[in-house]
Amino acid sequence: MIPGPVRYRRVRSVDEAVVLLSQLGTDAKVLSGGQSLIPMMKFRLAEPSYLIDINAIPGLDFIEERGGVLCLGALVRESTLERSMLVRQRYPILHDTAEVIADPLVRNLATVGGNLAHGDPANDHPATMLALRAQVVARGPNGERSIPIDDFFVDTFVTALQPDELLTEIRIPVPPPRSGGAYVKFERKVGDYAIAAAGVFLVLDEAGRITQAGIGLTNLSYKPLRAVDAERALLGQYASDELLRYAAELAAQATDPVSDLRGPADYKRAVARTMTLRALRRALERAQANA
Amino acid sequence: MEPLPIQVTVNGRTYSAEVEPRLLLVHFLREVLNLTGTHIGCDTTSCGACTVLWNGRPVKSCTVLAVQVDGGEILTVEGLEGEGQLHPVQEGFWEEHGLQCGFCTPGMMMTAVALLNENPDPTEEEIRKAISGNLCRCTGYVNIVKAIQYAARKMREGMSVHAGGV
Repeated sequence: MIPGPVRYRRVRSVDEAVVLLSQLGTDAKVLSGGQSLIPMMKFRLAEPSYLIDINAIPGLDFIEERGGVLCLGALVRESTLERSMLVRQRYPILHDTAEVIADPLVRNLATVGGNLAHGDPANDHPATMLALRAQVVARGPNGERSIPIDDFFVDTFVTALQPDELLTEIRIPVPPPRSGGAYVKFERKVGDYAIAAAGVFLVLDEAGRITQAGIGLTNLSYKPLRAVDAERALLGQYASDELLRYAAELAAQATDPVSDLRGPADYKRAVARTMTLRALRRALERAQANA
Repeated sequence: MEPLPIQVTVNGRTYSAEVEPRLLLVHFLREVLNLTGTHIGCDTTSCGACTVLWNGRPVKSCTVLAVQVDGGEILTVEGLEGEGQLHPVQEGFWEEHGLQCGFCTPGMMMTAVALLNENPDPTEEEIRKAISGNLCRCTGYVNIVKAIQYAARKMREGMSVHAGGV
């Protein structure tokens, strides 16, 4: 398969990318890792007339904590995230996620920024970022803005990014004491999208009550889903296995999966319940260990 | 669309070419440079038959554009052998019968080379994880794992001889 005809420019700075995006509008696509875009171009599902390759922009691949926030540059490769000691130690939910995205070869090129900007509900980072209440930073001709993750996913393959904006950074609040997160995915084989997956982030108070709960779900609706009712059911409660089971049931009820090659909708809903329960248990263990 | 000039070092030799931006790296290697050792398998970023090393990292060359690798270094299966000597990974696949039909083998070996460059003494689990993006429909992977373990031993011995040698 061969992509449609396209023009190509390798940009050297965010400003250069933004100028080009402003001129070209929706005719252009940003080429980051390319591991979703190039297959879509080969299938002719995407036929941009211009590719703006941002891979040569220096300094967009940082992983660092700054002023109470973990900052991930848009060009951080999944394989880099997977190997980062900071991420392993402080953000195991991000390590869980990076490790199950596609396969090791794809992860050598695929980027965290691209995983979000693609707006695919089957991608894994959206659920994790929903659970972590991340902010997405975008640069456009009028400067920079920060988009709360809850406002970022608009529809299937549609995000809040404007055609002249470039995603530059993802910001995640540094985890407080007694917090823990986990991402659990069920897939048919390495490299496939999730049948269902859940990202969970919990914060406990000194008495062990849940004071903050984030639950994001992958590939279970037309866009990445936050399980709001399940989160609410956890708040202020002591975490018992019964409570976690109840929350997982609420999360499953919030899903709206489609029947396809990966199974009928009812099956996916059942898997969603199990994935949420496993992610809740693991997040709780980590939060308790993090006291 | 008008072709763009690129310069790429493949297996140590630098090539200049003009390519359409939509040309895939695997087509550049096979059809422009006539390096047909890199196979096209699924053509959908799933099977890893087309794996090559781009600046040392294994990637699927069916999912990279040739213009992207401008200024970079590519290593394909043709670049593994040196001075009539098989690379230890090639020798391992030979000695341990790490292939049957051979279609996945070039990509499998490139992934193995990258793994051993980074991790000279991988566990079986680390090997299986590293090759999880390379599909083999014949072997059941057992002999592929053995082949990579063989190569790891051979490369470590080579290094210790080197380190100990005068």
